[in-house]
Amino acid sequence: MNVSPRASQLLASDGEAVPAPRVPRVKISKLSKRYERRGVLRSIDLELYPGERVALLGANGAGKTTLLRILATLSRPTSGTVSIAGHLTHKAAQAVRAQVGVVAHQPYLYEDLTAEENLRFFARMYSVSDERSRIDEILFMVGLISRRDDRVGTFSRGMQQRLAIGRAILHKPALLLLDEPDSGLDREGARVLERILGYQRTTEGTVLMTTHDLRFGLSTADRVLLLENGKIVLDAPAPTLDEDELDERLSRR
Amino acid sequence: MRDGLDKISIIVWKDLLTEIRTKELFVGMFIFAVLTIITFNFAFDMTGTGKAASGAGAMWVAFNFAGFLGLGRSISLERDKGSFDGLLLCPVDRGTIFLGKFIGNLLFITLVELISVPIFAALFDLDVFQPLLLLALFLGTLGFAAVGTLLAVMAASTRSREVLLPVLMFPILLPVVIASVRATTLILTRQTNDLSAWLNLLGAYDVLFLAISYAVFDRVVEE
Amino acid sequence: MIVKGKSSWASGVGLWLGLLTAITMAIGMYLGLVWAPTDAIQGNDQRIFYIHVPMAWVAFLAFGVVFLAGIMYLWKRALVWDQIARSSAEIGLVFTTLVLVSGSFWGRPIWGTWWTWDARLTTTLLLWFIFLGYFMIRAYAGDRGRAATYSAVIGILGFCDVPIIYESVNWWRTLHPQSVINITSAHMPGQMVLALMVCLLAFTLFYGYLMIQKFGIERMKDQLIDYQYALSEREAEGVTTA
Repeated sequence: MNVSPRASQLLASDGEAVPAPRVPRVKISKLSKRYERRGVLRSIDLELYPGERVALLGANGAGKTTLLRILATLSRPTSGTVSIAGHLTHKAAQAVRAQVGVVAHQPYLYEDLTAEENLRFFARMYSVSDERSRIDEILFMVGLISRRDDRVGTFSRGMQQRLAIGRAILHKPALLLLDEPDSGLDREGARVLERILGYQRTTEGTVLMTTHDLRFGLSTADRVLLLENGKIVLDAPAPTLDEDELDERLSRR
Repeated sequence: MRDGLDKISIIVWKDLLTEIRTKELFVGMFIFAVLTIITFNFAFDMTGTGKAASGAGAMWVAFNFAGFLGLGRSISLERDKGSFDGLLLCPVDRGTIFLGKFIGNLLFITLVELISVPIFAALFDLDVFQPLLLLALFLGTLGFAAVGTLLAVMAASTRSREVLLPVLMFPILLPVVIASVRATTLILTRQTNDLSAWLNLLGAYDVLFLAISYAVFDRVVEE
Repeated sequence: MIVKGKSSWASGVGLWLGLLTAITMAIGMYLGLVWAPTDAIQGNDQRIFYIHVPMAWVAFLAFGVVFLAGIMYLWKRALVWDQIARSSAEIGLVFTTLVLVSGSFWGRPIWGTWWTWDARLTTTLLLWFIFLGYFMIRAYAGDRGRAATYSAVIGILGFCDVPIIYESVNWWRTLHPQSVINITSAHMPGQMVLALMVCLLAFTLFYGYLMIQKFGIERMKDQLIDYQYALSEREAEGVTTA
């Protein structure tokens, strides 16, 4: 069970410690997304908290990527509201974007630019302070310091994914979204990912990741959500779940 | 404001750097422009008294075609690799992103034009070394680049994008093209009395098209 | 889900409008094709003017509606604006085609040719292509939200060319008869002006009538999609609660 380690405690009148109510980092209310004739997300209510690591599971086409895209403000909901770090996506989209980092299938990198130039571009776009040192820090974190002046086009897929992860946390986002981060990662990449996830935790950042790999999801996350037919049908702490049962449920679809 | 300019310049920097490294767009556009002009030479009478008018027309057609090529390709590259989403993820006003892409496109097309013009002049003996011509080139290209940047983004998310872009752009931009050609003809023949009318028309359309493109870009990239 | 039949309001207005249109059109046609004096220079061939000019007016009116409805759609995101826009665009396309064809039939006896690269003809052809582009982007755009947004942009940009079309005659001083509708200086005898005005009214009413019909159809098309969505939602509900 994960309560944020820094949750402050109030003393009730009889001296018993009571955890303060947590303010959600992400608040999704009655979120629906429709594509003309077909509903993809159906009135979803969800709250994610600071420091949480949440795995979003679901069969293909269940709506995982759509949900992520809406959180990333790449897509607009058909109805409902989304609030991230206190900003509503339909009112303060730019403020939201400054707080969100995304790692997706495509690396969002420019192949003809070097690793450093890529990071410089995004650091500028995200108005990152201390650009120079932050870029060095990121390159070190993802283990690409030695390749900083090489064009990204020359990188292997694993290296590109690593740089993509680095790019995503350049601006220290309060919410990190990962779409199937375990695919396309090499061994070094998996280590980098774990390092980054740990870093997010210590800075009270929230992580939401989708994955097909149940074992990865259950072992990495604190909390597991199951998206089925556009609705969240399961929301439980990871340790309470059995991998085989879940697997069966997923393959039923 | 300054932040906006900063973001615009970094976008332009990125596009320029990519183009310098690959030279993909520039070379293609340049060769296309020159080939078009040479083809025109066989189609029309590029000698004699009508050559300024024919030359101006051929020139602008060549630049437009090359422009379609450049616009279409630059947007396709970003969309196909998904890097356009990477741009949209950034906390940057969409209008600012538009301006960044627009200025980049404007620079590319203008560069192709500046290098092509002396070549045309040499091939067809046109009197091109006049500062007014630069003005006409710039004004003519500005409207083209503004509408082109917007429409290229629209066309890129559809099927049949290469065909769609010119089909959409040509009719809309015809006033700009006509005014550019007329202005250029007058400049080449050194008849500058009616020139200001055409240049004013060009300027007016440029402002209008730029303003509209800037304003609607946000809605166009929305999903 | 409420099942909506064709709005009775629209049917009522449509009926009256249709009647009014028919009457005005009949009067206008009589005035123009029979009653008005014969043109001194062009003879009876000139009478096509009473059809050609009002149709050109309707084409511009239609485009103006596309322009305004497009802006409203981009602003409000409500589909009704797109329904209005695409209805008007279709009517506009048809009328522009008719303008080109009627202009051609008029030009043949007068100019001796079916087509000429005259300023106004060319720019009207341009308008035709803009309308075409409007429908092309709709066809290729994918989902209806995108189609609506993209075509609204085309409509807005294209409308900027309308002044060019209108002024082209003055700017290029060509074959085309000079703009005859000058409120301050009427080149035509009063009877011709009257006949023209009635025809303009008749065609405007006709546009209104066509719009009501077309808009009704477009609205139903969108409603159909909404029903299909509602249906698929019912099915999905059944599955999840099963």
